[in-house]
Amino acid sequence: MNIIERLEKIDRRIIFILILLAVIIPLLLPIGFKIKVSEPVRIFYETIEELQPGSIVLISSEYDPSTMPEVYPMNQALARHCFAKNLKIIGMGLWPQGIPLNQASMEQAAEEYGKEYGVDYVNLGYKAGGIVVISAVSENIPTTFPQDYAGRSVEEFEVMEGVKNFDNIDLIVSLSAGDPGVRQWIMIAQGRYGKKVSGGVTAVSAPAFYPYLHAGQLRGLIGGMKGAAEYETLIKKSGTASRGMDAQSIAHGLIVLFIVLANVFFIIGKRKKA
Amino acid sequence: MKKQIPLIITFIAGMAMIIQYFIPHRPFSDIQQLFNTWFLIITVFAMILGLGNLLKLHTRRLQRRPSGWWYSIVLLIGFAIMFIAGMVWGIERGTPFDYLFWNVHLPMSSMMFALLAFFVASASYRAFRARTPEATLLLVSAILVMIGRVPLGNYIWDKLPLLGDWIMSYPNMAGQRAIMIGIALGVISTSLRIILGIERTYLVGK
Repeated sequence: MNIIERLEKIDRRIIFILILLAVIIPLLLPIGFKIKVSEPVRIFYETIEELQPGSIVLISSEYDPSTMPEVYPMNQALARHCFAKNLKIIGMGLWPQGIPLNQASMEQAAEEYGKEYGVDYVNLGYKAGGIVVISAVSENIPTTFPQDYAGRSVEEFEVMEGVKNFDNIDLIVSLSAGDPGVRQWIMIAQGRYGKKVSGGVTAVSAPAFYPYLHAGQLRGLIGGMKGAAEYETLIKKSGTASRGMDAQSIAHGLIVLFIVLANVFFIIGKRKKA
Repeated sequence: MKKQIPLIITFIAGMAMIIQYFIPHRPFSDIQQLFNTWFLIITVFAMILGLGNLLKLHTRRLQRRPSGWWYSIVLLIGFAIMFIAGMVWGIERGTPFDYLFWNVHLPMSSMMFALLAFFVASASYRAFRARTPEATLLLVSAILVMIGRVPLGNYIWDKLPLLGDWIMSYPNMAGQRAIMIGIALGVISTSLRIILGIERTYLVGK
């Protein structure tokens, strides 16, 4: 076996170690790459900025711990942005595991900005049914969610006063890692009721939402950890996404290097055989 | 009758849902609300059915002891602990359920997903080859998007992020639109076939 063949069939454990180092070293020794803001994230940010103080933002969390590194920083930054602008938040979710993550994000931001549960924000919790829950919420929120995530009646919360259906919601933001998620919110809330819908999704699913974005059906899109880092840059509050960008940059660079090297070896090997 | 009644129910329910979408006024809006409520109730029962099935399956595995049967013990114990913790103390912040979610479920779930990074890197080295012109095009696009969409790309060449954005906004979007239109047409035709009783596979055994 010559050197090219050996390199082509390199032990995958070496690749694993290199990736591990590419992730760990930048996390321990930050490089501080400058983050450039993309247009979809800027639109998302501006959509929030346009809202008047006291406006109600519905944040629907459709993700779980497996996609948390990408979506949770968006959730945190969004809650901070809303509270900094004195907006009210109604949280809910079509994925059960997204509820505690959304709650933690809102609680953390509430603590930073002196906001109170029930007055400035509420978490309605999870309801099974996907797109039908959106349809039900569009008609009547208190009937669909008579209690919050902890079983307390929503009628006792100040933030829910006068909130009946989509007419009382100024912006809907879906943070999703799959279906049901942003797509279903666009189909019902935007397509049928003409509500403003913004989205935050994982990097792998972001390409699928570009048609909605360019058609104006989606008011801004945060894609993956990079998008979350851009959003953190815009709100001037560095978080886990900004800190993770160095590691992600180096890991992407290394994977691209692997692809290029593997193809160089492949072409050389092919020519030799020919 | 076993055939006709389900067909009639499907037709009425399907037509009602179509009409209420385009005419969101009474009486159709009331029908929509009624159907939504029914759907949400049925979904909860479906979840209970799913949970029951899961427990039954793993209890059977414990009895029969096939290879890897001990994983079923983990599942059943995990299920019991989370269920009891949630039912007894609730799911609010600071409860045992919340503690288990943040300190057991969350790290394990994140870890499983994080392992993907290693396999993606290994697979990209071993399998991503420019064997055909199409594969080469895909490979070049992937490299440009991967590097263009992280800050490192900006340092390599300041036009790389623009190139990545262009790929996402035009070739990608055109492809996505084609897929979406195809899916939508497929969904419409299948739905119409079911509503009109042409597609009857859901009536299996009747």
